[in-house]
Amino acid sequence: MNPTTLRFGIWMLATPLLIATIGLGFQGLAAVNSAMFFTWGYFVEVLIAGLLQGVLYSLVALGFVLIFKASGVFNFAQGSMVLFAALTLVGFIEMGLHWTLAFVVTAGVMVLLAMVIEKVVLRPLVNQPHIILFMATIGIFYFLDGFGQTLWGSDVKLLDIGIPKDPRFILEGIFEGGILVNSFDLVAALVGAALVAVLALFFQYTRVGRALRAVADDHQAALSVGIPLKTIWVIVWSVAGIVALVAGIMWGSKAGVQFSLALIAFKALPVLILGGFTSIPGAIVGGLIIGAGEQVAEVFVGPLVGGAIQDWFAYMLALVFLLFRPQGLFGERIIERI
Amino acid sequence: MSHTATSPSPSPQAVAAGPILVVNNIEVIYDHVILVLKGVSLEVPKGGIVALLGANGAGKTTTLKAISNLLHAERGEVTKGSIELEGARVDALTPNDLVKAGVVQVMEGRHCFEHLTIEENLLTGAYTRKDGRAAVQDDIELVYNYFPRLKARRGSMAGYTSGGEQQMCAIGRALMSRPKMILLDEPSMGLAPQLVETIFETVKRLNEEEGVSFLLAEQNTNVALRYARYGYILENGRVVLDGDADKLRENEDVKEFYLGLSAGGRRSYRDVKHYKRRKRWL
Ligand SMILES: Nc1ncnc2c1ncn2[C@@H]1O[C@H](COP(=O)(O)OP(=O)(O)OP(=O)(O)O)[C@@H](O)[C@H]1O
Ligand SMILES: [Mg+2]
Repeated sequence: MNPTTLRFGIWMLATPLLIATIGLGFQGLAAVNSAMFFTWGYFVEVLIAGLLQGVLYSLVALGFVLIFKASGVFNFAQGSMVLFAALTLVGFIEMGLHWTLAFVVTAGVMVLLAMVIEKVVLRPLVNQPHIILFMATIGIFYFLDGFGQTLWGSDVKLLDIGIPKDPRFILEGIFEGGILVNSFDLVAALVGAALVAVLALFFQYTRVGRALRAVADDHQAALSVGIPLKTIWVIVWSVAGIVALVAGIMWGSKAGVQFSLALIAFKALPVLILGGFTSIPGAIVGGLIIGAGEQVAEVFVGPLVGGAIQDWFAYMLALVFLLFRPQGLFGERIIERI
Repeated sequence: MSHTATSPSPSPQAVAAGPILVVNNIEVIYDHVILVLKGVSLEVPKGGIVALLGANGAGKTTTLKAISNLLHAERGEVTKGSIELEGARVDALTPNDLVKAGVVQVMEGRHCFEHLTIEENLLTGAYTRKDGRAAVQDDIELVYNYFPRLKARRGSMAGYTSGGEQQMCAIGRALMSRPKMILLDEPSMGLAPQLVETIFETVKRLNEEEGVSFLLAEQNTNVALRYARYGYILENGRVVLDGDADKLRENEDVKEFYLGLSAGGRRSYRDVKHYKRRKRWL
């Protein structure tokens, strides 16, 4: 059996067990401590809400991973790309375009942005130390942040593309009273899953996807077989831009399109540390763990310690990972032959 | 009108027709200050196998990378001289265009894509081709034909295959671009003698059956001179000696320094280097 399948199998088995153990732990705690409220139905409800929130973290983290894999650059500007994409989309919708059309046009803008970044920033800095490229992306962050507001104004904008927001009850047969989920979160999760699936197929089975993986593995060798790095960079930044657009739509519909969108990138940082900077599955699983973990911790542990766990939980988890598994859960396997 | 204008079948005479590659007095500088090649000239005839020999740090890899234009990625630059492929200057081409023009490099240390399977590695080699999926599939079979070991391991991640298999993978991947010429850097590195023979046998077959020209950099002078028809010896960024492979094999200096055979007592390296330099300057 190959190691990937084996690992996947172990995870599939271990995850429900782990969750059940945590649930049991809370149940025990609740039995001795009256400040805590616990029923299994409520636990699952909180867990699901957290997972759905986690999908959004994953989407942002995914943008980071794509660029990091292909060019080794930690793209500080990913968050401002989310903001910029969302602002642009809202701008076009306000100009009277239907949201689908606005989506296509904005995707085009993100591709254009990728081309400009490659030409103006990446190309002149190629072969410079990574820290220099990193600083350049900080520059891109502030530029996009300001440029987006210059173009589209700095008010908080509403983004409504008609995703239903009504709460609904599911699994009423299993848990008493059923479980409350938000339809919007459900839609967001489905869209996220679809996007990830498309990306996975693209990377695995297309010529360009294969070339992207080749570049991620070995720049020099990729050059030597005639893969044009510049084209690959434009493609990767474009894909990251479109992922940012999708993330921007989801976050923007939820919380309004405003500057704080650019800051959700910092929530993606612990996700990356957890999942590994080079792993797409890592970004997804990391996002889910952090989303679910912080929600569950906030609701069940929060009352015991006075709340506000959500603000630091992700970073603490990341810190623990840095100490014990710095390459993350799925960080690039360093191939060592025996 | 010359009667030699068109000659459809490349007969052995046509081999001598003209060089496929001409490197003309190139100088290479790394990082704007480190002068590594100090005027290297060489020629590879169409359909030939030429060896580039020399000790560690002589500049073999640098020469190959100057030709394939991979120097740029290492902050190196060709500052003087010219490089011609079939009579046309190629110094300014990107590696991508050069592969399209028919020159591909197999880098020192193989550099397979570790996390891709062997077959995916081969497919990346066909990135620049536009002649369709079927033609690429045919060539994959062709590569498997030359390297049956690769076929057995087609689904394995390249990073988990043996050094020999990786060397085959790297050569096979280069072949997938349908090159006229392969720049092969240290194919024997780290391989058992038996496997080195196998690799060189395949190089010879590719040369004869597929018409691919080879410029190969080697430290293993003995093997290289058995398979190549012509050789250049580099030392300190200069060509110090060149000639037909069998002549080089008989040359006393080559015997002594590169083949490890010596007629008389062993002289110190410095003496002979000195003597050789003087011989060149005369
Ligand atoms: N990127 C680089 N920057 C600076 N100097 C370099 C660089 N690459 C190679 N050199 C120097 O250029 C010289 C020639 O190196 P090169 O790799 O061409 O030698 P080589 O003949 O291929 O040696 P080997 O047999 O060890 O592979 C060496 O002195 C080396 O230190
Ligand atoms: Mg070398």
